[in-house]
Amino acid sequence: MVENPTLTAPAIELRGIDKRFGAVQANRAISFSVARGSVHGLIGENGAGKSTLMNIVYGFHRADTGEILVRGQRVDIHSPQEAIAAGIGMVHQHFMLVENFTVLENVILGVERGALLAGSLAHARGELEKLARDYGLDVPLDALISELPVGVQQRVEILKALYRGAEILILDEPTAVLTPQEAEALFAMLRRLRDEGKAVILVTHKLREIMAITDRVTVMRQGAVVGEVATRDTSPRELAEKMVGRAVLLRVDKTLAQPGAPLLTVRELEVRDRLNVARVKGVSFELRAGEIVGIAGVSGNGQSELLEALAGIHDPTRGSIILGGHDLVREHLGPRERRALGLAHVPEDRLRMGVVTSFSSEDNAILGYHDRPIYQRGSLLNRAAIHAECEKKMIAHDVRPALPLLRISAFSGGNQQKLVLAREIDCEPSVLLIGQPTRGVDIGAIEFIHRKLVALRDAGKALLIVSVELDEILGLADRILVMNNGEIVGEVARADATEEKLGLMMAGVKEESA
Amino acid sequence: MSARAKLPRWAELTLLPFINLLAALVLSGVVVKILGESPWAAGKLLLAGSLGTQEGIGYTLYYATNFMFTGLAVAVAYHAGLFNIGCEGQAYVGGLGSGLVALWLGDRAPFLVVLPVAVLAGAAFGAGWAFIPAWLQARRGSHIVITTIMFNFIAAALMTYLLVNVLIRPGQQSPETREFGAGAFMPLASDLLAKIGITFSASPLNFAFLLALAASALVWVLVWRTRWGYAVRVAGQNQLAAVYAGISPSRVIVQSMLLSGALAGGLGLNELLGSQHRILVDFPGGAGFVGIAVALMGRNHPVGIFFAAVLFGALTQGGSQLSFDMPKINRDMVVVIQGLVILFCGALENVFRGPLAAVFARFAIKPEAAA
Repeated sequence: MVENPTLTAPAIELRGIDKRFGAVQANRAISFSVARGSVHGLIGENGAGKSTLMNIVYGFHRADTGEILVRGQRVDIHSPQEAIAAGIGMVHQHFMLVENFTVLENVILGVERGALLAGSLAHARGELEKLARDYGLDVPLDALISELPVGVQQRVEILKALYRGAEILILDEPTAVLTPQEAEALFAMLRRLRDEGKAVILVTHKLREIMAITDRVTVMRQGAVVGEVATRDTSPRELAEKMVGRAVLLRVDKTLAQPGAPLLTVRELEVRDRLNVARVKGVSFELRAGEIVGIAGVSGNGQSELLEALAGIHDPTRGSIILGGHDLVREHLGPRERRALGLAHVPEDRLRMGVVTSFSSEDNAILGYHDRPIYQRGSLLNRAAIHAECEKKMIAHDVRPALPLLRISAFSGGNQQKLVLAREIDCEPSVLLIGQPTRGVDIGAIEFIHRKLVALRDAGKALLIVSVELDEILGLADRILVMNNGEIVGEVARADATEEKLGLMMAGVKEESA
Repeated sequence: MSARAKLPRWAELTLLPFINLLAALVLSGVVVKILGESPWAAGKLLLAGSLGTQEGIGYTLYYATNFMFTGLAVAVAYHAGLFNIGCEGQAYVGGLGSGLVALWLGDRAPFLVVLPVAVLAGAAFGAGWAFIPAWLQARRGSHIVITTIMFNFIAAALMTYLLVNVLIRPGQQSPETREFGAGAFMPLASDLLAKIGITFSASPLNFAFLLALAASALVWVLVWRTRWGYAVRVAGQNQLAAVYAGISPSRVIVQSMLLSGALAGGLGLNELLGSQHRILVDFPGGAGFVGIAVALMGRNHPVGIFFAAVLFGALTQGGSQLSFDMPKINRDMVVVIQGLVILFCGALENVFRGPLAAVFARFAIKPEAAA
């Protein structure tokens, strides 16, 4: 019997993919293949070339050399349309959905049949109901996207891909916006897709997910594949070492916290957004000297607004924030005055708020502190001092390369974050607010930043950490507050915290009833 | 996906503008050819008219003085993230301030007394005219591009009214004031140079040119060497980062627009005190708009603005010489050439960026590939 090569060939195979952007070799001789009916993990640090590779597969970029085979057939993919035609579907980290369209309308967007919508909608409804039955992908077809929880929106993205006939499904960091329970539901769905013979590529930097769901895993470092193994034959430690290229510490080493006097007291704080919707609803807590308090929660539940209200970026509508005997709200103290009172802030979104991307590092290293006397010479800025101070910070915080005149955008996320952190702790603040301490930061820098934060705690500072990475909260915090829908739904001491418990609270189940 | 192709800094600052300028001139040559004149002869006339004689150079720098003031005005607003289209109106009203001082003090005070008062009045009037759009942007979010355009029209109407009904010299038809007293005359370059023993042909080039150079130095120091300039640049690049750093974006908007309007007001010193010696209708003559092109081409840096202003000054002077000598090429044709320069250096500046960057990338990679 002659075997049909399209049945036995891998669902997708990459051979010798090379891609160069200017002087940067983003992908180097990458070959790997994904079998039908398997979940394949693609893991690597930021900048390892995962996204470039997936963008080549999905037709956003073209490889300089190398070829792509789908079911044994060579394909030329110049655009996402051609990728879709080849049976490749992609679920992006940021959903590509029209908020004020229904699920059904979103699914047919771009693949309408004919000029009139009615026929397409009816056809799609039938198809989707079948897909939903086959894969357990339950979604309300007539609901508006904006009314759906994030987990369901993600399901719509997957449905979109399947409706377009995807046999190969690429998911880019799919769990970043999900609670642990939602992530579990996603994994169940992916297993079902796998059992139906689809090939799933999971791009992630979370080792735990790789271990939980994948069959095989490919590790990338500096644009090249540094290893491919069956998941059951490896361990998180081995994968982490492959990613970084050296032994790493996955846990944060720290002693028990010795909390002292409260440094920052928040009472009944309420923050409304521009549409006058309450995003933080009467939150109260205090931060003590020598402790790290973590705020856990699915992103978008008021953590960002809380952090920005504390930092003085948004004015709360009611409540008080007491720091060093001052009520920051009543006295209308802005970010500048708050810094003077010893409140420093590492913002959640570094590139949007924490740095000016077109500036040099040294100009970024004085952002918010440009009024300090050491940076002045008469009525002019003291460029020499600014340069020297920045160089000092770069060396002390292992920012590489230590070139103050280099544009901040030329640095990796980890080095940018180290510089921002260095800037914020330079004036010895008593309270440090940190949003997403290690977002977009590579493992090596994560270690460094975590050790630094623990050292600050041990030096008697009060730290408030907002992070969507539960592992990070569990690793760093001494006390964990969980936010859901603008409220603190519970407080857990680190010793009593488990992922399941936090996950339930993040989903809105109050502590008492949990 | 990638925003702008990267070029080495020197190429960004010299090679690219040069190529853009060349392209504009080649296309202008084609237009001249179509009109039935020799592009080569036209080019020679243009060059000779603007830079070939002392008088030509004088006129070129005289026009360049206007463009430096308005170019700096556009640049300062640009660094705050604002597109100030209203320099024409600000220069117009600013000139009124200097002109009124000249009318008032010109007869009774020496130049050294008139000068500082006229400078301050011009700056204050120009800044005042910029304040309203700035305040509307900062407080009400009214887009500054729209409001400054509208304020150009209001300025034109206001000035026409004032010149026709209020300031007009009694007993004459044309809407202009009487001549200033001699104390309000900017010293001419030819006179100043004669004092140090250099003979220079007569031209309207005057002391205001040095004021424009001083303004350039001041802008450079303010924007790149002071806390204030730092705050302006942060707010101009990233408003959220400004708020985060405790910089008030609305304060930056108002302050930078005040400076912008004050700089535009400098035009009156050159045009009125330096050359016309009276206030007349439409004395800015479009220099406020040319300032946008000058700032764009000069990359919003005082040094770049100087060269761009001289280029546009040369085009203005050489162009009028050209239309004088070649009847087929009238003044409107000269405006077409200026328009082409603006088109290539401003709107189309990225046309040659990509190919040029590719050439540089090829050369940059070669050593590494060979290794």
